[in-house]
Amino acid sequence: MKFTQTLKAVGTAGLVAMLMSSAAHAVTLNLHNGGDPSSLDPHKVSGDWENRVVGDYLEGLVTEDANAEPIPGQAESWEISEDGTVYTFHLRDGIQWTDGEPVTAEDFVFAFQRIMDPATASDYAYLQYPILNAEAINSGEITDFDELGVKAIDDQTLEITLEQPTPYFLDALMHYTAYPVPKHLVEEMGDDWSDVDNIVANGPYEIVEWVPGSYVRSEKNEDYYDAENVQIDEVYYYVLEDQAAALNRYRAGEFDMLTDFPSDQYQWMQENLEGQAHVEPFLGIYYYVMNQEEGPLTDPRIREALSISILRDVIGPDILGTGELPAYGWVPPGTGNYVEEAYMPDWAEMPYEERMARAQELMAEAGYGPDSPLNLQLRYNTNDNHQRIAVALAAMWEPLGVNIEMFNSEVAVHYDALRAGDFEIGRAGWLMDYNDPVNTLDLLKTGVQQEGQMNWGNNYGRYSNEEFDALLEEAAAEQDLDARAELLAEAEEIAMDEFAAIPIYWYVSKNVVAPYIEGFEDNAKDVHRTRWLSKNEE
Amino acid sequence: MLRYASRRVLSAIPIAFIAVSICFFILRLAPGGPFDGERALPPLVLANLRAHYNLDQPLINQYFIYIWRLLQGDLGPSMVIEGFEVSQLIAIGFPFTLTLALSAFVIATIIGILAGMVAAVNQNKWPDYVMVLAVMIGVIVPNFLMAALLQLWFGVYLDWFPAGGWVSGRWEYLVLPITVLAWPHAGRISRLMRGSMIEVLGTNYVRTARSKGLGERLVMARHAIKPALVPVVSYLGPGLSYLLTGSLAVEQIFGLPGIGKYFVTAALNRDYGIVLGTTLLYMFIILALNLLVDLLYAWLDPKVRYR
Repeated sequence: MKFTQTLKAVGTAGLVAMLMSSAAHAVTLNLHNGGDPSSLDPHKVSGDWENRVVGDYLEGLVTEDANAEPIPGQAESWEISEDGTVYTFHLRDGIQWTDGEPVTAEDFVFAFQRIMDPATASDYAYLQYPILNAEAINSGEITDFDELGVKAIDDQTLEITLEQPTPYFLDALMHYTAYPVPKHLVEEMGDDWSDVDNIVANGPYEIVEWVPGSYVRSEKNEDYYDAENVQIDEVYYYVLEDQAAALNRYRAGEFDMLTDFPSDQYQWMQENLEGQAHVEPFLGIYYYVMNQEEGPLTDPRIREALSISILRDVIGPDILGTGELPAYGWVPPGTGNYVEEAYMPDWAEMPYEERMARAQELMAEAGYGPDSPLNLQLRYNTNDNHQRIAVALAAMWEPLGVNIEMFNSEVAVHYDALRAGDFEIGRAGWLMDYNDPVNTLDLLKTGVQQEGQMNWGNNYGRYSNEEFDALLEEAAAEQDLDARAELLAEAEEIAMDEFAAIPIYWYVSKNVVAPYIEGFEDNAKDVHRTRWLSKNEE
Repeated sequence: MLRYASRRVLSAIPIAFIAVSICFFILRLAPGGPFDGERALPPLVLANLRAHYNLDQPLINQYFIYIWRLLQGDLGPSMVIEGFEVSQLIAIGFPFTLTLALSAFVIATIIGILAGMVAAVNQNKWPDYVMVLAVMIGVIVPNFLMAALLQLWFGVYLDWFPAGGWVSGRWEYLVLPITVLAWPHAGRISRLMRGSMIEVLGTNYVRTARSKGLGERLVMARHAIKPALVPVVSYLGPGLSYLLTGSLAVEQIFGLPGIGKYFVTAALNRDYGIVLGTTLLYMFIILALNLLVDLLYAWLDPKVRYR
C-alpha cells in the first residue's frame, strides 16, 4: 500500500516536472562536466572542465568554430603586418557586457595586463608569452604594465605586438588566457567580480547559478551578436568525478553528453550504445620521464633499452581498452604548423624479438643483465590506468634484468617529486594548450638560471642538449613556416634519438553524445562550444 | 546533571585544541603542497601565491596565525577553490550533508529498532532469517557498490528514481542516497536491538510481568523496550558520525552538493584550510554526539548516575 503511494507520488512529481518544462519551451543541455570549477575567472582557471564553462560565457578576439578552428569572435576582422609581429584587431560594432557596458579594446588591454601581473598568480599566463614583454612582466623584470605589447588605438581597435612572429598566435588567442574581463567591474570590486552575483558575460551564455560541488547553470545571452543562431537556451555543467556513476546517469537520461567515460566500459558501449561513444585522437602525449641528472639513466644505452623494449601496440587496445595509438615521437599526429612526415625511429619497424635482443645487448654493454639486475623506482600518480601501464611495462623490462619498484602517490606529491628531481622513472602526460609543435618540444628545453638556481619548468627529466635548444631558438626566429617546421622536426629527431624521454601513447578524447544532439564535431582539440550544438527532441 | 554536562563541555576544549594542533602539523608533514600541479608555475607567481597564504613564513608562525584566527572564528580561505572562505564552503555544503545524514539516521534507527524487535520476538523463525539476510547485504556490500547497483536497478532499468543529482526541494533525488546510507546503519541497529531484546525478554522482571497476567503487548511496551534500547543508544552517537562520514562517499557518487567532495579532494590537493576546517567541524559533532548519548543513558538506565 505504502509503496504504491510512493510510486504515485513519484509519478505525479515527474508529470509536474514534464508539464513545467514543456510549458517553458526552454531547450536545456545537461552536460556532465567532471570537476568542480575552482573559479569562473579566466585568469584563475586551469582545467578543461573550467574551460567549458568559461568559454561559453566569455569570448576572445578570436573564437572556435564547431571544429575548434579559429574564426572571428569579438573582433570581426584583423590585419597582420608583413613581418608577422603586429596584429591589428577591429572589434565588432555594438558588442556589450551583459550589464549594458560596451566591450572595448581597453577591456582587452586591461585583461592582458592583469593576467601578466605577477600578483594575479595566473597558472597559464605563459601561454601569452609570445606578446612583447609579456614574459618580462610576468616574471617581475618589468614593472610598468604599459610596456606590454597590447595597445588600444581607439575603443574598437586593438594592436598586439609580438616578440617575434608566432604562427600559432591566432590559436593561442582562442584560449581563455586571452579573454577580455570587464575592466569597469574588476576595478570596482577586484577578484569578487567573478562571484555569481556580480559576474557579467560577453559570450553566447551568461552564468546564472553556481552550486559548488553540484553544478553551474548558464542561460543564453540574448545580447550576444550571434544569439539568433544559438539553439540551446540553458546549460547545466554538472560536477561528477565518478565516471561510472556518470555513465549510469547518462543511461538514465539525466545527462545529454559525457566528457569522459570509464575505458573498461568502451566495448560494452560500442555494443549497446552504438555510435554514442566518441573516441578521437587528441593533441597530447602520455610518457615516462627518466632522471638524466643523476643515477643510472644518465646512460643513454639504458634509456634506449628501456624505450625500445616496450611493446606499445598492446597498450591502447589491450591494456587501456580504448585504442590509443602508440607514440614513438614527441609531437602528436595532427599538430599544426608541422612537417608531413611524422618522426618514426628505425627500431619502431623492427620485429619485437629483434628489439628485445638489441635492448639486452645494450643493457649488457652498460653492465646489467638478468644476473646483475638494475633496480629502478617507477613513480606514478594514483590512477587505475597508470597502474596498469606501469605493471605492463615492468613486465616488459624484466627480461632485460630491470627490477622495477613501483611507487604510487597522489597527484600533488607525485609532481612535487618530479619537479624536485626526486625520482628515477616517472609517469607524466601533456595535453597541448595550443596547436603547435613548440608546445610539446618546450618540455625538453634546458632549464633557465633564475635567482641563483635552475628552473627546469616542466622538463622533469632535466634533459639538456645545446643543439636542441639552439634549433628551437632558430625556429622561433624563422618566419617561413615550412623552414620553421623543418627546424622543429630536426630538434624532435635529436631529442628522440637520444631517448630524452619515453613516449608511450597519444591521448584520445572520450566523449559520449546522445543521438539527439546535433552539431557535435569531433576534433583534435576536444573543444565543443555549446553555441554550435542543438537538441533534436523529436 | 547540569554540572556534569558543563564539565564535559569544558573538558572538550583542550581535546579540540590538541586535535587541531596535531592535525595542523601532520598535514604539513605530508609532501606536496596546494600549488603542486601537473604544470610548473613561474617562480615569482608561486612566491606570490605562497606569500598570499602566509606559506612563506616559518611553520610555527603559520600555526600561531591559524590558531589566532581560529579563536576569532575565522577558518581562513581555501587555497585551491579561488575566492571562497572555508566557512563559506561549509555553509554551502554542510546543511545538505547534515540533512542527508540525519534523514538516513532517523529512518534507519526506526526501521532498525522495529526490525530488531520483530526478529527477537520471532527468534529463529522465517522473519528472523529474512532480517539476517537483509542485514548481511547491507553490512557486507560497500556503499560505493551498493550505490552503483541501486543506480542501475532503480535509475536505469526501472526508472523509478533519478540516478543522481539534486534539484532543490525534490525528495525523490534523495531516495537512493538515503537507502545506501541507511541500509547498513539499520542493519547494525537491528542486530543490537534483537540481541538485547532477547536478553531482556529472558529476564526475571519480564517473567514477573508476564506471570502477573499482563498481555504480551503491555509487557513489551512497559517493561521490555526501554531497557532493551540501552545498547542501541550507545551505538547511536558513533552511528551518526559514521553516517556523516559515510555520506562523503555517497555524495560523490550521486553528485550531491554536500561537504563530502571538499573533504576528499581538499585532502588530495593539500588545501590546508579546508582539511582543517572540516576536521574541526567533524570533531565538534562527534564530541557533541558523545555527550548527548551519555546524557541519554541516564534517562534510559537508572543504574547510570552522573557526578
